[in-house]
Amino acid sequence: MDAEVFRAWIVTAAGVIDEQRDHLTQLDAAIGDADHGINMARGFRAVLAALEPDLPATPGGVLVLTGSTLISKVGGASGPLYGTWFRRAGKALGDASEVDLPALAGALEAALAGVQKLGAAREGDKTMVDALAPATAAFSKAAAEGVPRADALSALVTAAQAGADATVSMQALKGRASYLGPRSVGHEDPGAASSVLLLTALRDVLAGP
Amino acid sequence: MKKLINSTDTVVTDALAGMAAAHPSLAVDLDLKIITRADSPHTGKVGLVSGGGSGHEPLHGGYVGYGMLDAACAGEVFTSPVPDQMLAATKAVNGGAGVLHIVKNYTGDVLNFQMAAELADDDGIEVVSVVTNDDVAVQDSLYTAGRRGVGATVFVEKIAGARAEEGASLAEVADVARAVNDRSRSLGVALTSCTVPAAGKPTFELGESEIEMGIGIHGEPGRERVQMATARELAGTVLDAIHDDMPLFDDLLVMVNGMGGTPLLELYILFNEVQKILEDRGARVTRNLVGNYITSLEMQGFSVTVCRLTDELTRLWDAPVETPGLRWGR
Repeated sequence: MDAEVFRAWIVTAAGVIDEQRDHLTQLDAAIGDADHGINMARGFRAVLAALEPDLPATPGGVLVLTGSTLISKVGGASGPLYGTWFRRAGKALGDASEVDLPALAGALEAALAGVQKLGAAREGDKTMVDALAPATAAFSKAAAEGVPRADALSALVTAAQAGADATVSMQALKGRASYLGPRSVGHEDPGAASSVLLLTALRDVLAGP
Repeated sequence: MKKLINSTDTVVTDALAGMAAAHPSLAVDLDLKIITRADSPHTGKVGLVSGGGSGHEPLHGGYVGYGMLDAACAGEVFTSPVPDQMLAATKAVNGGAGVLHIVKNYTGDVLNFQMAAELADDDGIEVVSVVTNDDVAVQDSLYTAGRRGVGATVFVEKIAGARAEEGASLAEVADVARAVNDRSRSLGVALTSCTVPAAGKPTFELGESEIEMGIGIHGEPGRERVQMATARELAGTVLDAIHDDMPLFDDLLVMVNGMGGTPLLELYILFNEVQKILEDRGARVTRNLVGNYITSLEMQGFSVTVCRLTDELTRLWDAPVETPGLRWGR
């Protein structure tokens, strides 16, 4: 998988985020301040523009630029958190011009660690971590077991979706939703939902839908 | 949705351009979306930088000026600004005596300011951050993102600004900022939601006779939904909640703040009740603000912020200030 493949991931992700912008915003209206979809869409538009003139030569470079752009353009909590996620993943991939599945798994692990360090969220807090953590674990396990690429990516997305679904019944312990206390129960976390979209785009580009 | 805008994409830049045109003492960078005192930097003075989502005006841009903030960073509506903005603002107001970041306690604001402080440190600028977290609506516990920073932010910016203006060190300015935050508590009530321009519809719905207790400043729902009541009853409920958390006695600075859509007529009615209740309890309201100071677009509602004053804090509150949002003594 080379830089072009990773660019395709980001382009696909940007498209899905834009499509689902209103849905994400609505999730955020229920337990937040109604700007998650708007902010993510704006951020990814800026990422596409940043990747345009000269695509970085390596997968790592593509992801680091994606992360830095998100930090500069999104704002809110999502900017630093997703920005760090992409930057850490990119740094983990180093300057290899091609990466394989185990390398990608390592990158996702580094990315998750970065997010958890910055935001201090743990599983069960009703955040993006509730989608990212099980997804990363499932993917790493599959990659380590050497299963076919399509199966590993399928495991990634299935675990992410299950994690996002599980946030519905959680009470938020982090972020703006936590101000609502028990009233946050019964609503899917917007950050978990957007994580699913990003990972689904990754699967679709690497293995087909 | 009826809003006095040209397009949802240009809300913030159009508003900043308007502020620049209205207030020549401000320098507004429309690309970076930061507002600084036009005569920045002030050599030897601690610089004060704050910022946050747009939609809370006059906070923070309206508090840039003599005796208060040196710079404010404007994010998208209800979205915290980004580290690039904060770093640029920090550099612009660095007079060699260090810079204070005044950060409202929301995850986005805290994370972005944290990243900016690290970048400033890389550039050799000493930055100290003070976080405001005066809202009693949220339990400060392991089970939440912590108490929100609301009305006390106005008090912190004014009092710390005065301290900086008289040549205090970064440590002294930060100390007084923390003291104001620690001695202040707030609670807000919403009668309506508000509409984020890009979202196009209200963030939440309230029934004819429903109000939201413990509202935040971003249109996010509050602690609980209750029935509408009289100004007297609401003043009592809000002050009870504040007093439960921080007993109210001696000299007090009280702000009855409009959320943006409530008439001054009603804010004065509320202040009358707030004042009576506090004086009946033996406290003295020695300083006050009544009006729109930290708003939430067009939300109808109010918040009360109370600060327990000392002679020193009173002196700093009274010190001259010249900003679009607060002006006295000059």
